[in-house]
Amino acid sequence: MNRHASSDRADLVARTATIATEVAARHANDVDRDARFPSESFAALREARLLSAAVPRGFGGQGAGMLELGNQCAALAQGCSSSGMVLAMHHIQVACIARHGSDSPYFQKYLRENLVERQELIASITSENGTFGDTRSSICAVEVDGDAMKLDKDATTVSYGAHADAQLVTCRRAADAANSDQVLVLFPKGSYTLEQTGTWDTLGMRGTCSPGARFSGHGKPEQVVPGSFADSSAETMVPYSHILWSALWTGIATDALGRAAACVRGAARRKPGSVPPNAADLARAYVDLQTMRNNWQACAMEFDAMTATDDAAARETLGSMNWALKMNQLKMACSEAAPRLCHQALQIIGILGYKNDTPFSVGRHYRDVLSAALMVSNGRIAGKSASMLLVVKEV
Amino acid sequence: MGNESKIRAILKEHGRLAKDVDTLDDNADLYQAGMTSHASVNVMLALEGEFDVEFPDEMLKRSSFESIAAIASVVDSLTAASA
Ligand SMILES: Cc1cc2nc3c(=O)[nH]c(=O)nc-3n(C[C@H](O)[C@H](O)[C@H](O)COP(=O)(O)OP(=O)(O)OC[C@H]3O[C@@H](n4cnc5c(N)ncnc54)[C@H](O)[C@@H]3O)c2cc1C
Repeated sequence: MNRHASSDRADLVARTATIATEVAARHANDVDRDARFPSESFAALREARLLSAAVPRGFGGQGAGMLELGNQCAALAQGCSSSGMVLAMHHIQVACIARHGSDSPYFQKYLRENLVERQELIASITSENGTFGDTRSSICAVEVDGDAMKLDKDATTVSYGAHADAQLVTCRRAADAANSDQVLVLFPKGSYTLEQTGTWDTLGMRGTCSPGARFSGHGKPEQVVPGSFADSSAETMVPYSHILWSALWTGIATDALGRAAACVRGAARRKPGSVPPNAADLARAYVDLQTMRNNWQACAMEFDAMTATDDAAARETLGSMNWALKMNQLKMACSEAAPRLCHQALQIIGILGYKNDTPFSVGRHYRDVLSAALMVSNGRIAGKSASMLLVVKEV
Repeated sequence: MGNESKIRAILKEHGRLAKDVDTLDDNADLYQAGMTSHASVNVMLALEGEFDVEFPDEMLKRSSFESIAAIASVVDSLTAASA
C-alpha cells in the first residue's frame, strides 16, 4: 500500500496537469458561461484518486506537502480556474482535519474511509451573515446535549456546497462562548441540509458555485474538531489558504501569459528577422510572474521544511505574528499581481485577447483573478497587518 | 509581584473582554473570555508602555498572552532581564 502511495505521489502534479489539459481546459468556457460546477474535472480527479493528495500516507493518502499541493493546484488552474480553486479549498479542509483531528478515532476513520477510499469532497462554511467577512468571529454556536450535537448557520458564501460530500463549518464553541472562541465542526452528507438563499452570478470564479445558504446540521459531539479554531486557523487554515490560493492564481496568470507568448511567437513567425514590438512587454511581464511564483514557493518550502523537522516547533512558529505577517504579505502580493499580469497579457495580445472566442482570449482569466483581492478582503488583511506591525519589531 | 493588578487594569481598559476581568482567575483563558487578536495588540502596546519593556518577536504569539498568569511571567522575565 505504501509503495502504491509513493508511486501515486511521484507523478501527482504531472497527472493533474494531464487532467487540466485533457479535461478541465476543455470544459472551462462552458463552466464559466453557465456558472456550473466543473463536474468533469472532479470526476477525473476522483477517478485518478488525486483528491486525497493532502491526506497523510499513514491514512492511505499521498501525503503531499505544501509545495506539491501548490504545484498541483496551479497546474489544474492553468486549465480551469474554478477547478483549481475548488481543489485548493478541498485540500485546505482536508489539512485542517488531518493536522488537528488525527488523534480522534472519528476523524481517523473519516480520513481513511471517506477521503481516501471514497475520494469525497469537502466544502467550507466560514462566512456568516452579520460577521462581515471576519472569519475569526462567529455568531452561530454548536449545541452539545449529551450524545447529541446540532448547529445552524446562515452563510453568505458557500462554494460548491451543493456538490460536496461534507461541510466543515466554523461556529462558537458553545451558546455562552465569545464570538472569537470558535471551533470547526465536520458534517458528512446525510447529517445536514443546505438551503440555497442567494444566487452566484458573478464576474468570475463562476464554476465555484458559491451562493449564500442556510445550513442546518445535527450529529454527535465527536464531529467537533479537537482544539480551538484559533489554533487550527493560524497553524493550518491560513497558511494552506494563502499559499494554495497564491499558487493557483499564479497558475491562472501563467496561462494568460502563455497565451500572450503564443501570440507574440505567431507574430514573430510571420515576420522572421524582426522582434515583434510587444515582445519586450512580454519579457517584462515574465519578470513579475517569476516573482509571484517564487513568492508562494518560498513560503511553501519554508512550511514543508519546518513541519518535516519538528511539527511541534513548527506549530509555535505558525502561531507567531511574524508568520501571520508573512502569510498576509504573500496573499496581498499574489492577489494583486494576478490581475495585473492578466491585464498585461491583454495589452500584449490586443483585440484577440479581448474577444471571448479566440485561442488568445484572456477575459475569463482576468475576471477570475479579480476575486483574489476580495476572497478575504485585502483591506481587512492590511488592517490586521497594520495592527500587528505596531508590536512586531523585525519583519 | 503586584504586576497582576496592573495587568488586570490594562485588560479592563484594552482587552475588550466579554466578561468582567475581576471575575477571572489568573489562569483563566483570556481568548475564551473574548479577547480578539486585535484587542490583544492593544493590550501588548499598553503593557509595553506600562512596564517600559519591549516584547521580542518570539514572544508575540497567542500563548504568551493567554492568561493573566502567562502575561505576568512574560513581563517578569523582561523586567528581570533589564534590571
Ligand atoms: C470565489 C469566492 C469563493 C468563496 N468561497 C467561500 C466558501 O466556500 N465558504 C465561505 O465561507 N466563504 C467563501 N467566500 C467568502 C469569503 O470567505 C469572504 O467572506 C468574502 O469574500 C468577504 O466578503 P466581504 O467583501 O463582504 O467582506 P469584508 O471583509 O467585510 O469586506 C468588505 C469591505 O470592508 C473593508 N474592510 C473590512 N474590514 C476592514 C478592516 N478591518 N480594515 C479595512 N477595511 C476593512 C474591505 O476592505 C472591503 O472593502 C468566497 C469568496 C469568493 C470571492
